[in-house]
Amino acid sequence: MPLFYTFNFYLFGIIAIASALAFVTRKSPVAAALWLVNTMFSLAALYVMLDAHFIGVIQVLVYAGAIMVVFLFVVMLLNLGQGSATTTDIRAWRGRLAAGAVGVVLVAQLLTMLRVRLPEPGPDAAPPVNAITGVADSLFTENLVAFELTSVLLLAAIVGAVVLARRTAPDGADEPGADA
Amino acid sequence: MLLLQAAAEAVHPLAGTAADWIWLVVALPLAGALVNGVLAMITEWHPGPFDPDPIHTGEHPVVSEPTLVERAERATPRFMTVIEGHAPYPPAPPEGEGHGDGHGDHAEEADHARDEEAHAVRRHPFLPLVSIVGTGSVAAAFVVAVMAFLAMLAAQPERPYVARYFEWMAAGSLKVEYAIHLDQLSMVMTLVITGVGTLIHLFSTSYMRDDGAYARYFAYLNLFVFFMLLLVLGASYPLMFVGWEGVGLCSFLLIGFWFTDKANADAGKKAFIVNRIGDFGFLVAMFLIYWNFRAFDFGPVSEAARALPPGTAVATAIALFLFLGCTGKSAQIPLYVWLPDAMAGPTPVSALIHAATMVTAGVYLVARSGAIFAAAPAASLTVVVVGALTATVAALIGLKQWDIKKVLAYSTVSQLGYMFVAVGAGAYVAGIFHLVTHAFFKALLFLGAGAVIHSVHHAFHVTGRDDDAQDMRNMGGLRRAMPLTCYAMWAATLAISGIFPFAGFFSKDEILGATFAQSRGSALAEATWLGIPGTAILLGAYVLLLASALLTAIYMTRMMLYTFHGDNRTGERQRPHLHEAPWPMLVPLLVLGALSVVGGWLNVPPLLGFLGPVGVLEHWLEPVVAAPAQALAAGRAALSHGAEYALVGAAVLVAAAGIAIAYVRLRPARLRPKAESPAEPPGIERALANKLYVDEFYDGAIVRPTLYASKNALYTGLDVGIIDRIFVVGLGWQLPRLFAYVGSRLQSGVVGSYAWVLVIGVVLVLGVFTLR
Amino acid sequence: MITESLFFSAILFAIGAIGVLTRRNAIIIFMCVELMLNAVNLSFVALSKLHGVAGQTFVIFVMTVAAAEAAVGLAIIIAVFRHFKSVDLRNINLLKG
Repeated sequence: MPLFYTFNFYLFGIIAIASALAFVTRKSPVAAALWLVNTMFSLAALYVMLDAHFIGVIQVLVYAGAIMVVFLFVVMLLNLGQGSATTTDIRAWRGRLAAGAVGVVLVAQLLTMLRVRLPEPGPDAAPPVNAITGVADSLFTENLVAFELTSVLLLAAIVGAVVLARRTAPDGADEPGADA
Repeated sequence: MLLLQAAAEAVHPLAGTAADWIWLVVALPLAGALVNGVLAMITEWHPGPFDPDPIHTGEHPVVSEPTLVERAERATPRFMTVIEGHAPYPPAPPEGEGHGDGHGDHAEEADHARDEEAHAVRRHPFLPLVSIVGTGSVAAAFVVAVMAFLAMLAAQPERPYVARYFEWMAAGSLKVEYAIHLDQLSMVMTLVITGVGTLIHLFSTSYMRDDGAYARYFAYLNLFVFFMLLLVLGASYPLMFVGWEGVGLCSFLLIGFWFTDKANADAGKKAFIVNRIGDFGFLVAMFLIYWNFRAFDFGPVSEAARALPPGTAVATAIALFLFLGCTGKSAQIPLYVWLPDAMAGPTPVSALIHAATMVTAGVYLVARSGAIFAAAPAASLTVVVVGALTATVAALIGLKQWDIKKVLAYSTVSQLGYMFVAVGAGAYVAGIFHLVTHAFFKALLFLGAGAVIHSVHHAFHVTGRDDDAQDMRNMGGLRRAMPLTCYAMWAATLAISGIFPFAGFFSKDEILGATFAQSRGSALAEATWLGIPGTAILLGAYVLLLASALLTAIYMTRMMLYTFHGDNRTGERQRPHLHEAPWPMLVPLLVLGALSVVGGWLNVPPLLGFLGPVGVLEHWLEPVVAAPAQALAAGRAALSHGAEYALVGAAVLVAAAGIAIAYVRLRPARLRPKAESPAEPPGIERALANKLYVDEFYDGAIVRPTLYASKNALYTGLDVGIIDRIFVVGLGWQLPRLFAYVGSRLQSGVVGSYAWVLVIGVVLVLGVFTLR
Repeated sequence: MITESLFFSAILFAIGAIGVLTRRNAIIIFMCVELMLNAVNLSFVALSKLHGVAGQTFVIFVMTVAAAEAAVGLAIIIAVFRHFKSVDLRNINLLKG
């Protein structure tokens, strides 16, 4: 069993990274978005394997299923599907090289911190049989205020999005039926 | 500890007597200076940035801001009348009356009166108040000093009376207080300063009467007296240094009193700057004193110096640096060059500062530091050498000067050389004695010269002639016009020449005798100076002093001949205006004249014991100077009576010979007024007349290179080149521009670069954590 | 498991960072930011295995906030597109000082 587990773990991990790399290098925004969706799926699998079942589900439902859909909506709305022909979406090679170097440095730093800071994981704590119970407990008792505040935040986000994306006519009046 | 100190002080015989009021002696002139200073501010100060008449002559056509008193007067027209009881200014001179255009057929008296009226001067407001405060404060100080002196006479204290008042500096083991050190030596100096000072203040009330800056003058003069008293009464070297610097400051202020004339301002600057060089020496000596003796008060320092074996490097260094200070303040070689230029100031200033008091500060310093000099025979011999050389060189230069004040200035330098030879040779009493008698006759000479100059200047002024009132070639035959002045100055001349029984005879003879005696086997004679044995030095000094005595007699007689005898060269028109000085000028002359006659009785030598009490001053100063004098004189062979008589005879002979030579060789009749006089014949005469070109040498060797180095190396190179370039331009202009450039390039508005900045920042922060 | 997850998380984060620096299309940059958020989520979840349920709770909040942010951000991008007629970052430079 552990072998199966480990193999899948690594499999999904590699898929996630490969998808991410693919995502970063696509010219077309639609393709990029879809590759990101793939990354998220893999991450969801990883979450499940890490005994965070609820989070895994949420990841698929919310992140991959809602947020990325919104991205795609916007891409479609702005008609950016092909990626503009006049400009290549990827910068000159010098910038890419520098960015790559920065990325490598970043990874190196993070890994160094990993090795220095974190103890090797000891015997795993017994996972809760039902992952959702633990999360629900924590969410609705200790973090209740934060939970309620996020609802306010979402409301603000909705209002903000509507206001910001509103089409304003030259004379300043709103057109009725402005879409988001 | 305090109690112990109080108990020890209470045991001093002077505590509880009039000597307790000694602080008044210092405070009274200061109070006078402050009052006069305030009066000067309100009557002479024209506020505002541009004052075309800063020395308040009142003659400038352009009106600057009115002084505070003038403003009060304009606001309330009878202000000054109420304050002073009468209208302050004389009526305007009558219009249309010219002068100097040939009134040959008018009576001389009418001429005279018209000239006087035409030049009636605005009198200074508050003149009586300033005169009373100025002279009175010093006179009151003199009275208190006399009372303290009487207390000392009665108590005969063996040790000094130190009255401590406030604390000045306390840092670790260093402790300096405002304290007064009253012993026999300071008492002598105090009496001289306040006594002669009072006379000179009195003289000034008449001499400076017509000056617009009358109150400022008295403020400065009182301030000077305060600082001088602080110098002689201060209980520690730093406090003495305060007085030392202060008299230098007041000397600068008073020399450059009429500073609108650049020559006067330059003379003041020269005096102060040259003094500063000496002050550097004094400061270094003070540092050395503290470093080695850990004390600043005179008592502990003298004790520590006495404990040293003679001839240590420490004592020699301290003594030499102290002497550097003395060469500056007391105008010895090489720093005497300021004193002849200082004659640019008012004549009473020359009398007080550059004859009687400030220049004697160096002699006082050496006497006060006797223990240090006694512990350093090489330094004492240095003092002797410098003193002797100065005496001779200055006398030579004085021989060919035409300005009456310059003759007296070089005479002062020469006589100071005498005093330094005395204190250098360990004859401290002789040096102080000569200091006192010199104060009498030199002040008299200067005041007399002042009266003469005042008269001649007045004659020139009312007749509208612009000529040098101080040049002897413009004088002559003044005996008839100013008889009392003439006789008083003859008394001084005989005194300075050393004719029996005038004061100078006794003091000069004592110096000569002491120098000669010291050369025969004393501890000082045993020492060497740069390899030359002390005996030779002292004998050489004796010979030089004798030669200077001859020269002194010659040039002083020359001065008297040219000024008072022969025919008058001032001019036909001016002659009626030459008259005797008014009483405030005459009284000091007569008093000092009397002192010049009888002053010698202060210290009659045993040889002439039939004249009166022997060695009064020597007994008086014994507790202070006897120990160092003895240290230097130890082991010397006694002089036989014959030798002593020979010495006295030699001195008198030399003086008489000088006077005779002057009478015989000099022809006042051959002189022409200055405007018509020929240039000096080339050679030694011209060199002496041009002061042996010392000033030119200093200018070329020291002043110009310093200015050049300052301008080119320090200013152009260091200041502009390096400091300006790095700090002002670099840090102040280029660096902000660099930052601005970087900052403005960062804020490009391109969001992508902002993202870069963000990520780089994260990397850097993580880097910190990683590296830690 | 946990170490490997953190390892993956670091790499994903770096990839996201590279994307942010490299890409010019505003929407793609936004998506790279989302990728970075996901990487962090992975980190949180992995560590919650070690330290209890707080990690997962936080992940919920991250997701919520990410959703809100996505909504608002995309609305901004739409508004910007209307003005500049493009989402290319080179054309959006009115903040230039």
